[in-house]
Amino acid sequence: MTATIPSATGLPLDRVDGHAKVSGRARYSTEIPIPDTAYAYVVGSRIAAGRVVAIDASAARAEEGVLAVITHETLPRIAEQPPLVPSLGGTAAPGQTFFPMQDDTVHYAGQQVALVVADTYEQAQHAAHLVRVTYEERPPVTTLDQGRDLAYEPERIFGGWIPGRTERGDAAAGLREADVTVDGTYTYAANNHNPLEASCTTAVWDGDDLLLYDATQGVNATRMTVARLLGLPMSRIRVVSHYVGGSFGSKAMIHAHPTLAAMAARAVGRPVKLFLTREQMFTSVGHREEQEQQLTLGATREGRLTAVRHLKLSPTSHFDDWAEPSIGTSSQIYACPNYEGAYRLFRANTMTPTFMRAPGEAGGMHALECSMDELAHELGLDPIELRLRNHTEVDAMTGHPWSSSGLRECYARGADRFGWAGRDARPGTRREGDWLIGTGMATAAYPVAPLANPQRARARLYADGTAVVQAATPEFGTGVATVMAQVAADGLGIGVDRCRFENGDTDLPTIAAAVGSAGAGMISAAVHSAATALRRQLVDSAVRDPGSPLHGADPVRVSVRDGVMTADDASESYADLLRRTMRPDAEAVGQWNPPPHDTPYGMMTFGAQFAEVAVDADLGVVRVRRMTGAFAPGRVLNAKTARSQLMGGMLWGLGQALLEANHMHPETGRWANAGLGEYLVPVNADAPDVDIELIEVEDDVVNPLGVKGVGEIGQVGVSAAIANAVHHATGRRIRTLPITIEDLL
Amino acid sequence: MSSPGPALARGDTTPAERGPEAVRVTLSVNGTEHEIHIEPRVSLLDALRERLDLTGAKKGCDQGTCGACTVWVDGRRALACLTLAVTCEGHEITTVEGLSADAEPHPLQRAFMEQDAFQCGYCTPGQIMSAAALLDEGHARDDAEIKEWMSGNICRCAAYPNIRAAIRAVRDQT
Repeated sequence: MTATIPSATGLPLDRVDGHAKVSGRARYSTEIPIPDTAYAYVVGSRIAAGRVVAIDASAARAEEGVLAVITHETLPRIAEQPPLVPSLGGTAAPGQTFFPMQDDTVHYAGQQVALVVADTYEQAQHAAHLVRVTYEERPPVTTLDQGRDLAYEPERIFGGWIPGRTERGDAAAGLREADVTVDGTYTYAANNHNPLEASCTTAVWDGDDLLLYDATQGVNATRMTVARLLGLPMSRIRVVSHYVGGSFGSKAMIHAHPTLAAMAARAVGRPVKLFLTREQMFTSVGHREEQEQQLTLGATREGRLTAVRHLKLSPTSHFDDWAEPSIGTSSQIYACPNYEGAYRLFRANTMTPTFMRAPGEAGGMHALECSMDELAHELGLDPIELRLRNHTEVDAMTGHPWSSSGLRECYARGADRFGWAGRDARPGTRREGDWLIGTGMATAAYPVAPLANPQRARARLYADGTAVVQAATPEFGTGVATVMAQVAADGLGIGVDRCRFENGDTDLPTIAAAVGSAGAGMISAAVHSAATALRRQLVDSAVRDPGSPLHGADPVRVSVRDGVMTADDASESYADLLRRTMRPDAEAVGQWNPPPHDTPYGMMTFGAQFAEVAVDADLGVVRVRRMTGAFAPGRVLNAKTARSQLMGGMLWGLGQALLEANHMHPETGRWANAGLGEYLVPVNADAPDVDIELIEVEDDVVNPLGVKGVGEIGQVGVSAAIANAVHHATGRRIRTLPITIEDLL
Repeated sequence: MSSPGPALARGDTTPAERGPEAVRVTLSVNGTEHEIHIEPRVSLLDALRERLDLTGAKKGCDQGTCGACTVWVDGRRALACLTLAVTCEGHEITTVEGLSADAEPHPLQRAFMEQDAFQCGYCTPGQIMSAAALLDEGHARDDAEIKEWMSGNICRCAAYPNIRAAIRAVRDQT
């Protein structure tokens, strides 16, 4: 390897797409001007269970501007239903193994039953409301209370990736031997992602070629899924997604709308825009399922865990065994000889739930970390001390050492910044006027997602010394275009201002969907590989060239900085080399092969969360006054964008703890609050300033640059830290999320 | 908490009834007059985005709950998704594309970039239009006031602390 001196990676540079975003110039997927575009509007099922008896579309069809009303009787059959596989796998990734409007069955409220296409959005929307659908209705099953007795233990969940049951040792024996046990049942409201941009697709046919502008976390996932559903060759589909207005998992899987948009466009012979409404976002792109988790800890008097038992019950759809994987980290992060974890599911009238930020860990770690707080309280131990007594340097499930950890530093530095030392652990002892004050902490842990396929990027250096680096990945707020320019600049040995990252297009080298905090690691690996391959190519070219001042130099001794290759006192710039040899550019493709799944390391990102709350003693109002998070996400590619993403995750944790709830109406099986006025997300007034400590740990196992990602870890443990702080303030253990005023009155 | 602004509809004349078929509507947006042919039910937001190709104002909810569509009508903040375009005739509409008169970014746009006051960027034009207005109105005296006055603009990426920092930075520029 030739040497370069990293100079851009990690710097807190402003986003390269910042100006496009603040000026309104950034074009999202329904904002590409395309002549003659028609508008599609979805009609969702009013009932949650039963079948469509008849659809009277005569009034809708009679409306001016209406081009088509498509129903299950007229929509073409799909070519094939691909299996449910998380999009990280790099294959087709339908959000569920059910495609709507293929027959008259209604599985859940909001399921697409008709599609109206018209000249204008207003005409389509109005006509959609004139479509008269007659149903034969059955009583739905949607809630935990309705489904509890129907539960079964699935063999595997999560697209087959995760076993339904995990055990080591003998949890029952471990609990019997324990000096102290803590047992709690935690209930969680269903949550919805609610990115500010709803899911949307613009579909454009040119003969048999299909172009989709799709709001997605993975353009290749969209392409592969639509190709399979429509029976089209991959080579005839191009998917473009330059800017995506947030996702948080709602655009991680490829739900029905891109395919429906393509079908509608083919039906009317015009480009079609399909923009889900805010209400439809609650029934069209999956959600975090309502769930109940029972967590039992056994421990010795000294606070050593003897057993962890973690059971989960949740509704899934009629077609898929899906639960977010809440039970993984509780088996891994504390030393304990005995463990039992199991999922139970019941079939409900819902679409298949899906990933939502920190999928699994947000809820699973809540139960574990609230229980650890309770155990610390029972034992009279400081909560951090209890965690340190059970700290493990190996994955407690496999016995493999962590590829990197940093957890001890997270506790220490987080506690230091927060001012944890000297905390009076007695609940209800701090009061400021009407407010009871409490502090709480929790461990954060999120696994480094296993990848299946090679990831690729391409680097091209022009004879003027500027470079373009390309990979297919979209930008949905992560800052990928900024950080990958930084990574590529260092790989090539040029200034970051000379380097541009192009992305968001299936014409560019293949990258899996950026989900599960895997984006930064896998894309930086591919980009680094491409950039260093190009650098090697150029250095080799120079040292072999009798016309170069570097001729005959050992390539290993050539360093590159600011585009100048130097060995001892000889040097030549990339630009001079290319111009002298009459080459307009040079190009290399890089490929990174992820570590195999049997790599003998535990791969986990760690952190520590701290929160201070004030609870109004009479009114039960909870305000989070301050939060500190210390995280060890491997290498940080851009300290500014990484902090922002971690901050966003922490405030998501605040929302999960205190605000966010999809309320199901049990009789109708419909969400009762499908809108941003009723589904509460944090607003500016809810959000305290957030203190973040980044602890860089080296990791040469996960990927070439040791990047573990920051998308999820910020949220994990926050709800527990807040619930623990509420207990500290009030003496009350609230085991439901969100924690509401009613719980505290 | 909002203070009264000038009434949107002029009180001195009763507007003639128009529609429901499409009618000619003249909109003045960012200082330029546009004549469009729209049904009276078309919202200002859809007129801007779907007819005038001004896509800076975003559609987040189409229900007046998220603030992503915030524009100014005669200098006063308005939710474009809850405003009928036809009612804006004779009023000056300002969108994020018209916030800065020349090619130079508005100080808030620069501050949003420096403070990393966004991630996905979808709520950003609305945040900036709200922030610029509340600075003009003197509603940014302290963080509590900024928090309250900016709470009509949801940022699902939760860049709120950085949004406040950007507003403070512009407020404190001499």
